[in-house]
Amino acid sequence: MSGPAGVARLMQGNEAVVEGALAAGVRFFAGYPITPSTEIAELMAERLPLVGGKFIQMEDEIASMAAVIGASLAGLKALTATSGPGFSLKQENIGYAAMAEIPCVIVNVQRWGPSTGIPTAPAQGDVMQARWGTHGDHPVIALCPSSVREAFDLTVRAVNLAEKYRVPVILLMDEVVGHMRERVVLPPPEEVEVVERKKPRVPPGDYYPYRPDEDGVPPMANFGDGYRYHVTGLVHDEKGNPTTDPRVAEELLLRLHRKIYDHLDDILSVERYMLEDAEVAVVAYGAVARAARRAVKEARAAGINAGLLRPVTIWPFPEREVAELAQRVRLVVVAEMNLGQLRLEVERAVGGRAAVKGIHRVSGELITVEEILAALREVPEHA
Amino acid sequence: MLNQVVSSLRQERLPHIWCPGCGNGIVLSALVKAIHELGCDPDKTVVVSGIGCSSRAAGYLDFNTLHTTHGRALAFATGIKLARPELTVFVLMGDGDATAIGGNHFIHAARRNIDLTAVIFNNSIYGMTGGQYSPLTPVQKRTTTAPYGHLERAFDIAELARGAGATYVARATTYHAGLLKNLIVAGARNKGFSVIEAITACPTAYGRRNKLGNGLQMLLWQRDHAVTVKQAAKMSPEELRDKIVIGELYRAEAPEFTATYEELVARLAQKEK
Ligand SMILES: Cc1ncc(C[n+]2csc(CCOP(=O)(O)OP(=O)(O)O)c2C)c(N)n1
Ligand code: SF4
Repeated sequence: MSGPAGVARLMQGNEAVVEGALAAGVRFFAGYPITPSTEIAELMAERLPLVGGKFIQMEDEIASMAAVIGASLAGLKALTATSGPGFSLKQENIGYAAMAEIPCVIVNVQRWGPSTGIPTAPAQGDVMQARWGTHGDHPVIALCPSSVREAFDLTVRAVNLAEKYRVPVILLMDEVVGHMRERVVLPPPEEVEVVERKKPRVPPGDYYPYRPDEDGVPPMANFGDGYRYHVTGLVHDEKGNPTTDPRVAEELLLRLHRKIYDHLDDILSVERYMLEDAEVAVVAYGAVARAARRAVKEARAAGINAGLLRPVTIWPFPEREVAELAQRVRLVVVAEMNLGQLRLEVERAVGGRAAVKGIHRVSGELITVEEILAALREVPEHA
Repeated sequence: MLNQVVSSLRQERLPHIWCPGCGNGIVLSALVKAIHELGCDPDKTVVVSGIGCSSRAAGYLDFNTLHTTHGRALAFATGIKLARPELTVFVLMGDGDATAIGGNHFIHAARRNIDLTAVIFNNSIYGMTGGQYSPLTPVQKRTTTAPYGHLERAFDIAELARGAGATYVARATTYHAGLLKNLIVAGARNKGFSVIEAITACPTAYGRRNKLGNGLQMLLWQRDHAVTVKQAAKMSPEELRDKIVIGELYRAEAPEFTATYEELVARLAQKEK
């Protein structure tokens, strides 16, 4: 059970996700157990009924994702949690949520893959799956915490962004952040910013469920509130009715992108650590960013002007921020627990203006401070 | 009666996509008549469907309608019902949608005895994709993926539902549309998971390939092969072999899932005080 806010507690990352979800107003959870995310389901089962919320363990992850969408449409803020294999199973319905614009949050505590891999070993191999896991062009928001406190904050933020933009938001954790324990102080509820979805301001007869406001986001009526309308994953017009009209299809898909890409200032966030005068920089996220920060500190102590750029919003990718970094540093080291999924994005944003070097680990072991430090020392001659 | 049906249709959506002679419209009309007879508030009525010709029915109805992904309608509906138990939720599925890709959700919805009324349009085939075999295609029938005749055995939807824990199970055909309506009414009144199997004709993707004639002839086939539960009780398994038993097949009492959950919430709230 949760302790009082404002008091320091030893807490696990997965536990912080539950606290964040409840603080953000999540009142529905559907899931299927899988290491290393299971604690989230277990805690939700205990906590949700205490606040009048609903928990259900579904028959699989496909069903969990479907139930979450149904509950959201019925008016509850909804979240599910899983790991690699389960994340794969959720993909079709994540696309449905993107298309039908149903707010929901998917927590993926990444583990070693592909397949069953090593259930308890950390990895960051789902970066591209988070971006492109469901079929078709679609925008996505994914956030990546690197501490227990941040797991709380970003869960709140994920819920808020989902409700605000009517999108599925992915909280891309890793086994280390999910399972590690840290001393944290959680904010009192009144200090947690909570966003509610936009409700229609017109009577039912005038309601077009998919007619966007200026911000590209249509107000959302919940099922049962007196606005009867149709929801489908087929291409649909502003009434929600299916159509194959090429103009409608194109405009719909472009609007789904605009509602995210027109609001990057609101959605993107990065952490900049010692970057002001940096000549070499690390780009790292999640658990790896913890080692990267220490490597930067040690590099500084050794007289190397190093800094860290940590994408907190990993999708959309903070392209401008990386491009801007590339103009000021000679070397960008990308450290990640995969074979280079985000490095490709970094290289694209750097565009040859600085050298890019990757440190990639796929053994289930962590990337060490020493490895990052060694990479920072090797500034190429001509960079 | 016809006016009732028309009043619950989204006029701007017509004409519908179904072929001439397709039975889906008969099931749709029985559903709407049942909803009227039940006196459901349209604002509090939800119709969820999967993917297939039959699942398009949801979109024509002036309720809260949700056309989901193939096979997953019951899982979406479970989320809706659990989140908001005061809503009346109908779930429309094809035989493939409900028992092939959605088979797992089907048995678990039944096991939970969650208060949903499932109407399964059983046309023995995958209509939407042009006539491949489904788990309800009878042995030896021809489909595009069984060009030499179907080799697998078929499910009995009613037995499957009953075995998995559904508390109301019934079957009718589109020839017996009045009975179908009555069974949907009774199913919706059951506080729990109800399954109504509607035997319906797909002349385009099933009838033609199996030389069963047009929509009308397939309806008459239903008339000639249906026997009531009462008649069936006096018949031997041999006599029943090519017959369709129609009527209320099974009924049971069991705790309903969302009500049980609400009780838990109330019990915990009591403890807090
Ligand atoms: C995941 C997925 N697989 C396959 C399909 C293609 N598909 C659409 S409808 C359908 C079968 C429909 O048959 P049934 O459920 O019996 O409904 P009917 O069309 O006969 O009413 C299939 C295989 C799909 N839409 N989604
Ligand atoms: S293909 Fe069959 S099920 Fe589909 S609309 Fe035509 S007749 Fe009906």
